Formats: sequence, C-alpha cells, structure tokens
Amino acid sequence: MPQRKFSLLLALATTLAACSALAKDKASPAAGPAAVKQALLASFEAKGQAGLDRLDQDETQALCSRDPDHPLSSDEVQKIVSANTAAIRYPADGRYLGDWREGEKIAQTGTGKQFSDDPAKPAGGNCYACHQLAKGEIAYGTLGPSLYRYGKLRGQGEAMLKYTWGKIYDAEASMPCSIMPRFGHKGILTEQQIRDVMALLFDPQSPVNQ
Amino acid sequence: MKRKLTAARSLLWALAAVTVAGSAVAQSSSPEDEIAQYRAMFGDDNPAELWQTRGEALWKQPRGPKNVALAQVCDLGLGVGVAAGAYAQLPRYFSDTGQVQDLESRLVTCMVRGQGFTEPEAIQQHFGKGDAKSDLEALSAYLVAQSDGKPMHVPFDRPEERAAYELGKQVFFYRAGTHDFSCATCHSQTGKRIRLQILPNLTTAEGATAAYTTWPAYRISEGEFRTMEWRIQDCFRQQRLPQLKYLSPVAIALTEYLARNADGGVIKAPGLKR
Ligand code: HEC
Ligand code: HEC
Repeated sequence: MPQRKFSLLLALATTLAACSALAKDKASPAAGPAAVKQALLASFEAKGQAGLDRLDQDETQALCSRDPDHPLSSDEVQKIVSANTAAIRYPADGRYLGDWREGEKIAQTGTGKQFSDDPAKPAGGNCYACHQLAKGEIAYGTLGPSLYRYGKLRGQGEAMLKYTWGKIYDAEASMPCSIMPRFGHKGILTEQQIRDVMALLFDPQSPVNQ
Repeated sequence: MKRKLTAARSLLWALAAVTVAGSAVAQSSSPEDEIAQYRAMFGDDNPAELWQTRGEALWKQPRGPKNVALAQVCDLGLGVGVAAGAYAQLPRYFSDTGQVQDLESRLVTCMVRGQGFTEPEAIQQHFGKGDAKSDLEALSAYLVAQSDGKPMHVPFDRPEERAAYELGKQVFFYRAGTHDFSCATCHSQTGKRIRLQILPNLTTAEGATAAYTTWPAYRISEGEFRTMEWRIQDCFRQQRLPQLKYLSPVAIALTEYLARNADGGVIKAPGLKR
C-alpha cells in the first residue's frame, strides 16, 4: 500500500511543479533557510499557547517545506520514513480500539493548539475537515481520501489495525510529506483519543461502517 | 451605481451575520451558495460602503499633529494624493522608506511622516472590533474601492520586490507547528475543500486572482470589514503558529507573493465573504 501511495505522491509533485511554471520565469533571488527563519522570528510574537518555538522545524518539516521546484532526493525521502517510523508508539496493552462515540466527537472537533484555544481542553482531531467518514455528515472536506466504510471494507486484521494506528500516530512514516497531521508524534491526540478514533473507523456499530 | 445603504438594509445585514454564524456550525450549505443567496437578497449592496464613507473622510480631512489631509501628503506609488488605481499597483518598493510596502504599511508611513502621528497611535486598533473602529480598515475600504475594476500591475523591477516575492514563496511552503501545516497544505491543490469551504489554489494565477482581487472584504460572519493582512494572520492562527505581527516582513512578503501570482487580474473589491 505505501508503494502505491508513494507513486501517487510523485505524480502529485510533478503536477505541482508544472503549475508553478508561473513563478519560474521571475528569476527571484534565493532566500536561504537562515534568512527565512530570521524573517519569521522578526514577524511573529508569542500568543496564548503558541510560543515562538512553534516556528522551529524538525527535520521532516524542513524537508517537506521545499517548493515544488526542488523535489526531494530518494535519500531524503528515506530519512523521513525512518525518522517517522521510529516515532510511532503502539499501545502497550495491545488495545487498538476504544469508544466510537468519543471518536466521532474527536473527529468533529476542529479546535486545539491554536492560540485562541483553551490549552486546558483536549484538542480535536478534525478528521472531517479533510475526510468523509459517517455518511450522515455531509460537511466533510476533500484534502484526504474518503474513509466511509473504512472498517467494513478492510476488516479488523492485526496488520490493518497496526497500519491505521501508525497512520494516525504519524502519517509520514507511510507517506512522506503527507499533509495529514502527525497526531500521536506531535502530541495532538492522546493514546486514548487515538483508540477512540480507531473505533470510529473499525467498530461495526460506528456510523462510518453503516 | 450602488444603492445607498439604508438603516433598514443595515439591519438586514446584521441578521445575515447571525444566519451565517449559525450555519457555520450547522454547515448545511456551502459558503458559496450562501453568499449567492445574499447577493440575490441584497443586490449590489455591500456593507463595506459604511467603511468606505468613513475612509473617504479620513483620507480627505486634515488630521494629526500636523493637521494635514492624507490626500495632500500621501504617495501610494502613483504620486502624492493619487488614490485612483493606486491599490492595483501594490505592494511596491518605495525609495523614501527603502522598503516594499503593502497598502496598510504605506498608509502608516503617511500617517507618521505626513500627519505627525506616532507609529503606535497609527496602528492602535488596526483590526476593528464592534465600536472600536479601525481607521486603517476604513482607509483601506475607501482606497481599494478607488481601484475597483482596474487591472493589477504589481511592479517587479526592483531586486527588493523580487526578494519579497521569494521570501513570500518560501514562507508559503514553510511547514511548522503542532500540525505541520503550511499555506501550501490547504492552498496548493485545485478544487479541494476543508469541510464545505472551497480552498483556492494560491500557487496558480487563476486561484490567486480569484482570491486576491476580492479582498479586502466585508465578512458577513463577523460583521466586520477585513484586509489582506487580517486574512493572512487568521490563516496563520489556524496553522497553529503564533500571532503574525501587523505590517511585518512576512505579512508583506506573502502579500507580494499572492499579488504577483494574481498580476493582471481585475480588482473586484471591496468583496463580500462568508
Ligand atoms: C489536513 C488534512 C487531514 C486531516 C485533518 C486528517 N487527515 Fe487523514 N489523511 C489526509 C491525507 C491527505 C491522507 C492521504 C495521505 C496519507 O496516507 O498520509 C490521509 C490518510 C488517512 C488514512 C489512510 C487512508 C488509507 O486509505 O490508507 C487514514 C486512516 C486517516 N487519514 C485517518 C484520519 C483520522 C482518523 C483523522 C482525524 C484524527 C485524520 N485522518 C485527519 C489528510 C488529513
Ligand atoms: C488549515 C488550512 C489552511 C491553512 C494552513 C491556510 N489557510 Fe488560507 N484559508 C483556509 C480556509 C478554510 C479559507 C476560507 C475561509 C473562509 O471561508 O472564511 C482560507 C482563505 C484564505 C484566503 C482568502 C481566499 C478567498 O478567496 O477569499 C487567502 C488569501 C488565504 N487563505 C491565504 C492563506 C495563506 C497566505 C496561508 C499561509 C499563511 C494560509 N491561507 C493557510 C484554510 C487555510
């Protein structure tokens, strides 16, 4: 599966590169990473829970910030895969599934981690912003693939549970430069919250599988 | 010509804000459909007119410690006092400040150097809220309307302008924060949506033009008139980054990036947004 995804990513990268032909003829002077970081630091101020450390990049973020004219080498892609594969923590007790009702709430909640949000409240997963899930929710976004009938179509085999846990925990392990947030690795969702959205995807009673 | 906004119609607009805010929660129809419904109800009306009227007075009346009008001292790029078409040729490099400036940063320069305000005085309440009105939003409304219907010609001969574009582009793709978002996460594919909101592809001429030429705009959900500086800092908030500073290098660089990608497009502003 990651293989297929990966060629998809490359196809996407090519399309993006073609689109950006627009900017190419402008022969702009290059702004190196140091200059960019300096401009960012001069341009932001800490607010609420969002400190200036939010401007720092880990290696994955830095590599995935290349504009489409500067695609990644296969070594760099491999770096991203290794670092993010190593970051995944599977549930110690082997329990992958929680309560789908809680999962639905988490999938609906778009707040969390913004400077305007209450840091005492748990963050949402906002899965509906990018994915179709339960059929009854028509206000879903299309940045990610439809997850309607996810469990019904894929079953609950150990490998599928593990793949999906890893996807939610750190999407870039199986899809370098995925635009899906790394919910576990970056501490957006707790282990229990991930169990709950897992149940939303896999539980036969979940509206996703109706 | 636009009809004058009567008290009764203003009230209808206030109700519209409630409806939009409510439906943002229910998410029953797409924002585009909703805006189309308002257009059907209100025709050419745009409450931005109220900001325009106030902005015209702020432009033409003598103000500040030096008691002069901006119309007498302010060069927005086409000459002192020239308002018509100036916004369609911004951002640009100004030799008197040695900087690339967008409309708002240039207005602040004029208020400080021309009218004698201090910079903190000029930028206090830069984003209005209810009765705490923003002079800069009002001035922007008036000046943008003076470019309505004009094609954009964003100057790009100076190295400073090219450097601003390049910085804007790098920032556009810069991923950071808890969610790994960059502007490109949401705005580099065509035809995608977040929930029901259609996301313009700002890396293409078509997407950038559709977005850039319809700002600044009256936002129905807030009942406020907002500028591009506001739009960009609010997207950074959703991106989980800290507060973007008003008139900062990154705010202006991103504006330059979007404006150049939209170059040649015809200004249709003040716009009307969800
Ligand atoms: C910002 C958009 C975004 C958000 C928010 C998001 N995703 Fe994703 N998701 C994607 C994209 C894009 C992909 C495809 C690329 C990939 O596999 O990483 C994806 C892939 C997936 C997949 C793999 C699908 C497959 O066919 O293998 C699963 C499962 C998934 N997401 C679950 C979730 C859950 C659960 C949430 C909420 C906690 C969520 N996503 C939030 C964008 C998003
Ligand atoms: C998480 C997704 C997301 C990210 C990241 C994001 N935006 Fe947005 N942006 C949106 C949404 C959603 C809207 C539409 C908002 C609305 O309808 O009120 C929008 C609207 C806009 C618009 C106005 C479009 C129009 O046609 O009116 C501009 C311009 C814009 N964004 C620029 C940016 C820039 C520049 C960045 C990076 C600093 C950025 N956005 C980052 C989601 C995002």
